Amino acid sequence: MIELRNIHKSFDNGITHALADTSFTVEEGELLGLIGESGSGKTTTLKMINRLEDPSSGEIRVNGQNVLDKNPEELRRNIGYVFQGIGLFPHYTVAENVTAVLDLLGWEESQMKKRCAETLTMVGLPVEEYGDRFPSQLSGGQQQRVGVARALAAKPDLVLMDEPFGALDPITRAELQEEFKHIQSELNLTVIMVTHDMTEALLMAHRIAVMKDGEVLQIGSPRELINQPRHDYVKEIVEMPKRRADRLEKLIHSS
Amino acid sequence: MNENLREQLILLPEYFQGHLTLTLIALSLGVVISIPLGVWAAQSSAVKRPLLTAVSVIQTFPSVAILALVVALLGGQIGLVPAIIALVLYSMLPIVRNTVTGLETVADEVIEAASGIGMSSTQILTKVRLPLALPVIISGIRTAAVWTVGLATLSTLVGATSFGNFIFTGLQTSNLISVTVGSIAAAIMAVVLDSIIGGIQWLAENRNRQVPAKKYKQVKFTVIAMLGVGTAFSAYSLLPQTEVDFTIGGKGFTEQYIIAGLLSAELEAVGFSVDQRLGMGTEVVYTATSNDTVDVYLEYTGTVWANIMNNDNNPGHKAVLAGVTDFVEDEEGMINIGVLGFQNRYVLAMRKDRAAELGVTSIEDLIAIAEDLVAAGDLEFFGRPEWITLRDTYNIDFAEKLTFDPTLMYTAINERQVDLIAGYTSDGRISAYDLLLLEDPRNALLPYDSFLLASSAAVENQLFTETLEALVNEISDDEMRQANRIVDVDGGSVSDAVAYLQSVIN
Repeated sequence: MIELRNIHKSFDNGITHALADTSFTVEEGELLGLIGESGSGKTTTLKMINRLEDPSSGEIRVNGQNVLDKNPEELRRNIGYVFQGIGLFPHYTVAENVTAVLDLLGWEESQMKKRCAETLTMVGLPVEEYGDRFPSQLSGGQQQRVGVARALAAKPDLVLMDEPFGALDPITRAELQEEFKHIQSELNLTVIMVTHDMTEALLMAHRIAVMKDGEVLQIGSPRELINQPRHDYVKEIVEMPKRRADRLEKLIHSS
Repeated sequence: MNENLREQLILLPEYFQGHLTLTLIALSLGVVISIPLGVWAAQSSAVKRPLLTAVSVIQTFPSVAILALVVALLGGQIGLVPAIIALVLYSMLPIVRNTVTGLETVADEVIEAASGIGMSSTQILTKVRLPLALPVIISGIRTAAVWTVGLATLSTLVGATSFGNFIFTGLQTSNLISVTVGSIAAAIMAVVLDSIIGGIQWLAENRNRQVPAKKYKQVKFTVIAMLGVGTAFSAYSLLPQTEVDFTIGGKGFTEQYIIAGLLSAELEAVGFSVDQRLGMGTEVVYTATSNDTVDVYLEYTGTVWANIMNNDNNPGHKAVLAGVTDFVEDEEGMINIGVLGFQNRYVLAMRKDRAAELGVTSIEDLIAIAEDLVAAGDLEFFGRPEWITLRDTYNIDFAEKLTFDPTLMYTAINERQVDLIAGYTSDGRISAYDLLLLEDPRNALLPYDSFLLASSAAVENQLFTETLEALVNEISDDEMRQANRIVDVDGGSVSDAVAYLQSVIN
């Protein structure tokens, strides 16, 4: 469980704020979508949970513990992270990328090997075939599968995802969204996923937090957001996928 | 095989060993010092700019000047240490710069990923940034390696053995084969080192790229094989060198090479092992002898009188010799073993036809016409106190004063490009080109009696001292001129000239 209470964040000593009074809770096993335009504060929010940034004020608790009481490196090793633009280590093989966190955690070699095979199987990349390849030898979709495997290797119960599927082509993206959703419910992972793609958020998230100018405008299930938008901006972005679907339908029927 | 070439090739193993030792030690130290500095600079912009400026400025210093400064800063120490320090200073720029560039060009998203999965900043540096920067860093080391091999040839000037010994000896004794052997040897070493490091760089670059596995393996095997051979050679070259009984020093001109050869031959004949450190400047070899690094070399009274004792008067041949002998023994703790008999003083010389045309036989005859004449001197002459004395004594100055390498200076007078030169009395080219030596009725030019200057430690060995004392007053001006002529004019080798001197002595 993750709790954010009254988080403020300013990068310039309070002259402007990146986040203003943000509070929300993510329950165990829940996938929360954080959606908003660039500059809305969604990535900053994500980074404060594993202390890539620290809040200017307010409190963040992960499983009841204040993150500021924890050593940032140890905290990060126990939280899965899937990066925007994939962020694999180009000089590590697939296997080395997947076990990077395990290595930091001091796992035994044989344990790492076993876990590497398990996680790679989970994301559909058999270790015998892919383990020794380098990221540059993989397609974009395969690379992000490795990214997901790396995030899951240390069996975290919390995973943070920063626009994980943004760089992929639409077909691969849909495939991976589906597969990840499946893995998430199977492992009962608590996930916060930053995205700017409303369709992705609607299809994957249990609840969605809509952010604008450093504030959470509304947080709720996809159904709630669609049926009871409490803000023009929320209404606008929630309806976007629906409007596009309507246009598509018209196109199909007119031809 | 050509006798001259054979003589040069005999020297090859020793010079190779010296050159490789210099290069490997300097390059290793350069890497060990420069990479951490580069890492430091990449972390802190307060360090980066001053550091990069400093290493660039070092690079703009002429290399010979750096060598001279290092020798001076080390209190006159010669040999490996100052040479290596200078080479390390020179190797720093490409390595530091490439380390900084390599570290800075690692993609931000990779660094963010590393920190996001929980790497500490040290782990990010060692596990991510340095490995990713490696190909760029290696390419900096590669540049430094080639520079170092090239610059190591200059180490000869501060008494460290290198392929430069071939080059400088060859230049001074007009031995083109020697120059060629030295240059080719240095070029081969540079190419081999460059390709080994280039191979390593290729491996580092292609570790994570799509190159055929077979090709990768081939390159890897080749690099390992070359490294193996290289290591074997290095192990051989870094073996402790056998201690020699005496080290003979010398400056960088023909007569010095010949007399050093003669001293070596005489000492070896009575059973001593000797080593030669030739091609040094006066200051360097003088200081090295005073601190016992060099045991004996050929010096001239006028040089010590004017350059080291800073006298600007000329009390005459005997008084200068006595003054110099007292000075080196009382002030510097060295010993004058004795004069060899010939002088190598500066003398103004003209082509005989030109002198006849102008009606000149003595310096006094120049007074009226000097301002229309072009004079040439060696690299030092017009900066020396005796030129000042000459100028003021006769109140003359020339229309142009050109400086030349001595060999070129004689060519210039022979081809009438200059009217007169400041030549040397013992020079073989004076007789070869049939030059007229102008008289010096006012005794403005200092006497330069040649004498053997030895370290106080060396003269404690009685056999050493007796062997060298046997040479005292044995070589006349004519004989030395002839010996120099064998090398400078007739195309003979230094050993031919030594053989000639031995024949006239015994």
